[in-house]
Amino acid sequence: MNTNINMTNQEYSDYVDKKAKNSPIIKNVALAFLVGGIICMIGQLITDIFKNFGFSKDDTAIITSISLIFLGAFLTSINLYSKIGKFAGAGSIIPITGFSNSVVAPAIEFKTEGYILGLGANMFKIAGPVLVYGISSSVAVGFIYWLIKLFM
Amino acid sequence: MKIGKQTIKLENTPKILQTSSMVGPKEKQGPLSIYFDLDTKDIFLGEKSFEKAESKMLELCILNLLKKSSTKAEDVDYIFAGDLLNQCISSGYCMRNLGIPFFGLYGACSTFCESLTLASLFVNANYAQKVVAATSSHFCSAERQFRMPLEHGNQKSPTAQCTVTAAGSAIVVPKDFSISGPYITYVTPGKVVDYNITDMTNMGSAMVPAVYNTLATHLQDTGRTPDYYDAIVTGDLGVLGSEIIVDLFKKDGINLQGIHADCGALIYNHDMQDTHCGGSGCGCMASVFSGYFFEQLKTKKMNKILIIATGALMSTLSSQQGESIPGIAHAVAIENEA
Repeated sequence: MNTNINMTNQEYSDYVDKKAKNSPIIKNVALAFLVGGIICMIGQLITDIFKNFGFSKDDTAIITSISLIFLGAFLTSINLYSKIGKFAGAGSIIPITGFSNSVVAPAIEFKTEGYILGLGANMFKIAGPVLVYGISSSVAVGFIYWLIKLFM
Repeated sequence: MKIGKQTIKLENTPKILQTSSMVGPKEKQGPLSIYFDLDTKDIFLGEKSFEKAESKMLELCILNLLKKSSTKAEDVDYIFAGDLLNQCISSGYCMRNLGIPFFGLYGACSTFCESLTLASLFVNANYAQKVVAATSSHFCSAERQFRMPLEHGNQKSPTAQCTVTAAGSAIVVPKDFSISGPYITYVTPGKVVDYNITDMTNMGSAMVPAVYNTLATHLQDTGRTPDYYDAIVTGDLGVLGSEIIVDLFKKDGINLQGIHADCGALIYNHDMQDTHCGGSGCGCMASVFSGYFFEQLKTKKMNKILIIATGALMSTLSSQQGESIPGIAHAVAIENEA
């Protein structure tokens, strides 16, 4: 009797893919749309309120960002954002609240290894790549913009 | 005595005198709740970190084992233990307080059968009179080592499994020991088998080929058929892995339906506890065997079982480097009649 399964790697991999349950894509996309939309509405609400108080357009934009970042951090700290994330997926990862969550979550987790090498070193474990490539690409685009301006 | 390709027949049939199990809150809410000796509502167990909590859980589990078997720590000759954390710190730090000669093992989630195999071989060879095998895992310490921080809001794949917070231990003694217990008759240490599955969220499927190899070899070496056993129990293939292993054997004309059980599939109520494909981790087979299956053997509801702990031998580094997940499975046959 053969003691190995009677399949090649590729056959086994295809077989597993066929057996495995897929993520419920339509449900996930719908929930992401809904929750992402609600988060944006909250942002809009904050903007409108501060505009009403007579703040300038630039100031309200900054205030809105700061408020949403605080909200994300606060909900993370009371262990609610992970539950929202489980429900909403990309709907709560993509907005700025999700960025805040991705910084605060490792900060909480790695506090046990101390403030410098634990919290400090690991805080940007998830957000780090976004910052590195986000900033790099904005510099590249800025450079191209500058070049175009030079000749136009 | 080695028989066949890789099985060892334990001619002196050492026996399992006693077992002990401890679980966390989520496992306590599962369907096997009543079979576990100890449980904790606090996932920190009063400690400052998850790693310390896991270490303490293992220690409490072993102390309970010693109490249940009326054994003093100094009477235990050796202990074989392991866990999932880097450098096996849960076991290593736990042993500081016990003062028992210690072998630290790593076989990922297959560690329980690995330690039970070695413990029974030591007793079988008459090198020792009392040897303990123990393993643990903790959801939070595993999650931070292998996956994302706990508070990070993300979704898991439907094939993902949940590392159990649990510890289990067993004490092995020679067959002429005054108190009765089930005997360990055969052990089949497994080979590393890799069918190039790379998805870290589908480890059950990655480990199936290793289980197939070990089980088929065991049956071939011993000349037994699956229905010789009352149950063939795998460690943490989960719901999907269990389905696949039964299906693959069926394709080759061997029926495991009704004989096969999986600790990862048994430990949670998947629909209600949102555990996707079930439990995993070193503590999964350790606690389910020590709690549920040992009880079945003791009460003679089952008389012959084969336990096969399954491990996925990857790390986060190897996964990031694009490596596939190698699987391993070790089998131990436990019977009420020697």
